[in-house]
Amino acid sequence: VTADTAQVTVGTNLPEFVDAPLTRTDFVRYQGASGDMNPLHHDDERARAAGFPSVYAVGMLAAGVLGSWVADQFGPENVRRLAVRFREQAWPGDVLTYRGTVVDCRTGADGERLLDLELRVTRQTGADHLVGEATVVVGAPTS
Amino acid sequence: VAEVEVGRRAAPFTVPVERGKVREFARATKARRTSYLTDTHAVAPPTWLAAASFWIEPENHVLGGVFDYSRTLHAGQEYVFPGVPPRAGDTLTGQQRVESVYRKQGRRGGELTFTVLLTEYRDAAGTLVAEVRQTIVETERAAQ
Repeated sequence: VTADTAQVTVGTNLPEFVDAPLTRTDFVRYQGASGDMNPLHHDDERARAAGFPSVYAVGMLAAGVLGSWVADQFGPENVRRLAVRFREQAWPGDVLTYRGTVVDCRTGADGERLLDLELRVTRQTGADHLVGEATVVVGAPTS
Repeated sequence: VAEVEVGRRAAPFTVPVERGKVREFARATKARRTSYLTDTHAVAPPTWLAAASFWIEPENHVLGGVFDYSRTLHAGQEYVFPGVPPRAGDTLTGQQRVESVYRKQGRRGGELTFTVLLTEYRDAAGTLVAEVRQTIVETERAAQ
């Protein structure tokens, strides 16, 4: 899963990640790991009482999967920024696809080589669940 | 719509970067690297500090009791790491403040108020290791 960073240039698309259909177990596992006990993500009765057809995904779950997907490819020690903006809600059974494109390659303040990535997580309908950006270090200072 | 004072700070709090919590978070976010499971000082996944925000007391929340949460949505989240992100075994000190407040006209009418909460995390030497920005949007009317 590690990106061959020597080959990565502006315009490179990262190999997309199509996740398995979302399950309530995914939500519960993330909520347990983070400590977010909002019942609208695991209690169907409470979700319906609040006007939703069922429980829905924790937004920070896909943000977290996106972050770990970037870290898998470039190394968690090399991530310098990850930003997300939430769009449409995601629901149990949704198939989310994680995509990234290199939009800039630049030199950081300490001479290190940085890549800026544009990121997108879409539902099976094509609608965005979240959009974001990341910056990763891909090379040590050259001087 | 609540008026929030820009610059207002909450009390600092301590965050132990626990190895078990890093491992659990990596699994929950479908990470494939084995370093999270085997390295006693594994670098945490990029959004790991999301977990820290659910373990703090009301006095550590800059908006404790200020917002009408039925009218608020989590609009975005940002993590910035000046160097290598936190590692298992680190102990960080976090402190939250209101960084900015701005308004926009909503697409379906009504003014939206965006509040950006910045939490800075520092190591024992006082070096900034992470900035976390949470953007909250508040509508004039209750969300439908």
